[in-house]
Amino acid sequence: MSEGLASQDPRLLRRLLRAKDRMDAASHEDWPVQRLARVSHVSEAHFARSFKEAFGVPPHRYLLTRRIEQATALLRDTDLPISEIALRTGWQSLGTFGRIFRDITGQNPGAVRSRARAAAHGIGSVPNCILSAAERPDLRTAVSEKRKRQRHGINRAQPKEIKHEPKRTSSRTIRARPG
Amino acid sequence: MSQSVQVAGLYVRDQDEALAFYTEKLGFRVHTDVRNGDYRWLTVQHPDQPSFQLGLFTPGPPVHDAATAQSLQAIVAKGGMPPLILAVDDCRAAYERMRAKGVEFTQEPIERYGKVDAGFRDPSGNGWKLIQARKSN
Repeated sequence: MSEGLASQDPRLLRRLLRAKDRMDAASHEDWPVQRLARVSHVSEAHFARSFKEAFGVPPHRYLLTRRIEQATALLRDTDLPISEIALRTGWQSLGTFGRIFRDITGQNPGAVRSRARAAAHGIGSVPNCILSAAERPDLRTAVSEKRKRQRHGINRAQPKEIKHEPKRTSSRTIRARPG
Repeated sequence: MSQSVQVAGLYVRDQDEALAFYTEKLGFRVHTDVRNGDYRWLTVQHPDQPSFQLGLFTPGPPVHDAATAQSLQAIVAKGGMPPLILAVDDCRAAYERMRAKGVEFTQEPIERYGKVDAGFRDPSGNGWKLIQARKSN
C-alpha cells in the first residue's frame, strides 16, 4: 500500500477525494460504485481499487465508518431513539445497525450513549467537525471478517489494534449496505 | 517584545491556479510574489487581517527531491493536510457568495450549538472550514 503514495496521479487522487467528500456529506445515502465512479470520473472497474489504494480502505467500508461516526454523534448529542438513529444514518433495519455497530465499536449503541454522555465534559472548544473526525472508528477489517473471527473465538482485539489487512478473496460490489 | 505568526503556508498543486482561487474566489490579495529560478515565493493576505500571510507553495526543488514532492502532492490531493479555518461573520452569506463563484463545498452550512459552519476545498484538495462564531452578547 505504501508504494501507492508515489504511484497514483495527484489529479486522480483529487477526484477520488471528491467521492470521499460526497460520502462524508451524505453517508446515509446509498453509494453504489457506479455513483462514486461517476463523481471521480473513473471507470467502475478502476474505482474501488483506486480508492482503496488511495485511502487504505475499500469505499464501502469507508462508508460504514462514517455511518457509525454519525450514529455515535447522534447517540451522544440527541435523545433520538436508537431505531430512529439507525434510519437516519442509512440502515434499513435496526438489527443490522446494532450488529455492525457492535462489530465496529465493540459496544452496544445504548452503552455508547451512556458512556459518551458521562464523558462529555470539556470538549466544547474543539470544532465539532474535527472532533467527529478524531472519533472516527478505525475500520481496518471487514465487518464480516471480524464477525467470523469472533465466532471462532480467534480475535477479540479492538479495531484499532488490528495491524494487518486480511487478504480479500472475493471481489464484492460496493454499495451502501441496505441493512 | 511581542511575537506573532507572520506566514503559514499551504502546499498547492499549481501556484497560478491557487492564486486565482484565493484572490478571485476567497477575496485574498497578493502580498508577495517573487521568483528565483523555478522557485516561487507566493503569499496572499486577507484585507481584514494585514498581519498574516498565507503562503501558497508548490512542493519541489530546491526544498524537496522528486519523490518527496510527489508524495506531498499526493497527500494534499487526498485531503491529508491539517484543517484550515476561515472565520466569517455570516457563514450562510459567505457560502452563497463563494458557491456562486464555483467554490467546491464539501458541507453546506449547519448550525450546531449556536455556531454555523460549512466546509470547502481549494482546487488542490486543502480542506477549509468556514465558521461563524456564536453571537456574543
